[in-house]
Amino acid sequence: MGLLIEDKSIAVPGEVLAEGMDYLPADGAIREGENVVSSRVGLVHVDGRAIRVIQLAGSYMPKRNDTVIAKVVDVLMSGWRLDINCAYSAMLPLRDATSDYIEKGANLTKFFDLGDYMVCKITNVTSQKLVDVSMKGPGLWKIKRGRIINVTPCKVPRIIGKQGSMVTMIKDATGCKVTVGQNGVIWVQCDDPEKERIAVDTIKKIEAEAHISGLTDRIKEHLDKVSKK
Amino acid sequence: MSYEKRPDGRNFDELRPIEAKVGVIKNAVGSASFKIGKTWALAAVYGPRELHPKFLQDPAKGRLRCNYNMMPFSGTGDRIRPGGNRRAKEISMVTEKSLMPVLDLKNYPNTVVDVFIELPQTDAGSRCAGICAASMALADAGFVMKDLVSAVAVGRVDDKIVVDLDYQEEAYEDGPVADIPIAMLPRTKEVTLLQMDGEISKEQMAEALELAKKSVDEIYEFQKKALKEKYTGEQNE
Repeated sequence: MGLLIEDKSIAVPGEVLAEGMDYLPADGAIREGENVVSSRVGLVHVDGRAIRVIQLAGSYMPKRNDTVIAKVVDVLMSGWRLDINCAYSAMLPLRDATSDYIEKGANLTKFFDLGDYMVCKITNVTSQKLVDVSMKGPGLWKIKRGRIINVTPCKVPRIIGKQGSMVTMIKDATGCKVTVGQNGVIWVQCDDPEKERIAVDTIKKIEAEAHISGLTDRIKEHLDKVSKK
Repeated sequence: MSYEKRPDGRNFDELRPIEAKVGVIKNAVGSASFKIGKTWALAAVYGPRELHPKFLQDPAKGRLRCNYNMMPFSGTGDRIRPGGNRRAKEISMVTEKSLMPVLDLKNYPNTVVDVFIELPQTDAGSRCAGICAASMALADAGFVMKDLVSAVAVGRVDDKIVVDLDYQEEAYEDGPVADIPIAMLPRTKEVTLLQMDGEISKEQMAEALELAKKSVDEIYEFQKKALKEKYTGEQNE
């Protein structure tokens, strides 16, 4: 009876995490009869009576109010189709793209052309995963320079850190501008290419070690070491 | 005449040596390698991604699409002609059906999840190795699953019930042979695949199923270990 697996260990689908009714299944776990069973590969997190399995892999699932970095894949009659690094593409309608007056039949590539990147916000997601995005709002803009890197979307919270602590640390140490999209697409820009490289390497390091405890200290040490060189 | 000794000297209830590993294909969302004896399966998962042609899309849930392929020099006899054939099509279908009961794709309407199973080398039991690899690859890709799926072939060679037949045993000529590939959910022992080639009595079948249950547990331990090792750092580069 009770907990059968250690807190902070790795669970696999179908693994029995706890026996009896003392524990409750939360995200990533299910109850099967008397048992709490894991439903994915992930990190076990026991919070009081609740057992959660934190996702370590998987694709991005669009959510309303997420800020994402998107790429234009098609220019339509009344807007743009964007790739948001998931199975579903997003739609940017004209009225949410710009406050400029656009004449009927105008060439929309003047605003966003194929292959352009932008930081935008998801305004709506339907049950069939039709996604609408908007460019209107603070902190949403068209990306003109810098570089784009991709990380596993479920590592994004670790890259941002508590109240943005991790990403601020990278920004302070390297002097780079960094924007992290919830979809795992990250924009990094710096005038010094060497510093840009350090920032990218650091983000990749966080991605690889996100599930090992003591991450913040390790990253701090790493940044101190590389920026001294 | 009775069947006394297996060609490779194993016990009748002994599996061939197993090696399992996940994350072997970096470009895939999830991947796995599963070796059992000389049979080696690689599985790579891509998706969820948009499904075309559009009429195949299911607005209620995502689709699973498996592709089983033996590589040209994977067999013991002639070169395998590349491309699909009737056998590969059948195995792709039964693999899909053996994995579908554990996989939850209702969060991904209108999409497809592709699983490519490649076999660089085979010595019987390839569909079972493929299913084991595919279920590990799907778990590695982070999909919601009720359980893993473990598969093994059991059967009879002459008067003996054996597990994990190799090619020589399948082709045994001095007596009747039955080859029964079985896929199960290790925890509940629910069967998701059961095929048979050959002849077997009711009593022997029951005995074979019991042997399969036992062997599936052994395979599951290897699958579980491989998935955990990816994160515990023992196999990190």
